Amino acid sequence: MYTINQYVKAVSLEEAYELNQKKANLIFGGTLWLRLGNRTINTAIDLSALGLDKIEEREDAFVIGCMTSLRELELCQGLEALTRGAIRESLQHIVGTQFRNCATVGGSIFGRFGFSDILTCLLVLDTTVDLYKGGRVPLAEFVKMPRDNDILTHIIIKKTKRQAVYQAFRTAATDFPVLTCAVSRGEDGIRTAIGARPNKAVLFCDEENYLQGEISPAKLEAYAAYIQEHTSFGTNMRGSAAYRKALAGILVKRALQAALREENDL
Amino acid sequence: MMIGFWLNGKKITDEIAADMSLLKYLRSKGCYSVKCGCETTNCGLCTVWLDEKPVLSCAVPALRIEGRKVVTLEGLQEEAKVFGRFMGEEGSDQCGFCNPGFVMNVLAMVRELKNPTEAEINAYLSGNLCRCTGYASHMRAIQNFLAAKQRGAV
Repeated sequence: MYTINQYVKAVSLEEAYELNQKKANLIFGGTLWLRLGNRTINTAIDLSALGLDKIEEREDAFVIGCMTSLRELELCQGLEALTRGAIRESLQHIVGTQFRNCATVGGSIFGRFGFSDILTCLLVLDTTVDLYKGGRVPLAEFVKMPRDNDILTHIIIKKTKRQAVYQAFRTAATDFPVLTCAVSRGEDGIRTAIGARPNKAVLFCDEENYLQGEISPAKLEAYAAYIQEHTSFGTNMRGSAAYRKALAGILVKRALQAALREENDL
Repeated sequence: MMIGFWLNGKKITDEIAADMSLLKYLRSKGCYSVKCGCETTNCGLCTVWLDEKPVLSCAVPALRIEGRKVVTLEGLQEEAKVFGRFMGEEGSDQCGFCNPGFVMNVLAMVRELKNPTEAEINAYLSGNLCRCTGYASHMRAIQNFLAAKQRGAV
């Protein structure tokens, strides 16, 4: 468990940003991961009074405040329709209802955790993040940025026509995933994200054009093999690198087949 | 830090330490139904309601409850007694250690879901671990309770 000297409920983002410039201070999200460590924090900065816990549906996008709980995201009807259940699927296996009522999407995305199901899913959608000082950044770029003391205020999902499918493999229900995989198909082609490698998720955009034109089983095999070869996998207590590599090939094929089926159903 | 909030319907103003968890705070106020079962934020034993939503009190900083409504099993005695009878009839109370968090989440589910299917019940309660029952008796108790509610028998 962490220890805190001072707890500040920020009254503005500027106040929160100023406080967050000191290394010993920390923005508090859901604190579910934080509480498993032993960190000593000088000032805990709480953003919960800033109205950042809402999902706003605009004409062209969903704008999600960083303090929105994973459960709110899971139950959002608009996101359910836009992603045809992909976001819900990426969230509903995370521990339990009570956990997802506590965990915040901002904490999950800013942390860029390897085990994050939602990070993998959002990577294949048209997602950007708003940083208080850094402005709007594509999520795929944000994932590669070094961690700094800015504040992630919003996550924006554009309403574009992408067929998204989410798949994950867990050895036990509600546990961390052994591997996560999301695939989406839109006008600019196929995107695939692989997470829980166990490192943070990586995104592929079919750079080699494996999936141009009609997608045959042979093309699927070749594409899955390409993803397996170009993803770096690691070993931890949940699985070896070789196991994850084998799983990746299977999940990519399954997700792609499901995305194609959904497209045919439209 | 001095904050005000509602605990089981009663307005409280209190001085709370910066790093106190809601679980520890509630126990300090005599709510002994709220227990820590795992220390890893995944057993569901410490479930309480925060603004009517079930949360894990072990993971909520106590200062976050300012201006909000907290309900523990102590505040739901009558409903808990009714559901507890269904658990007893099916033998799902067993050792009883996980029951407070389980009952809190079942009663939250009953408010949130209309006529839940078995799969929906399993999904909603997946964050409540029980090491005695294997969950089959829990499921029977919940389904009997829901059926009795529908008949207006409870």
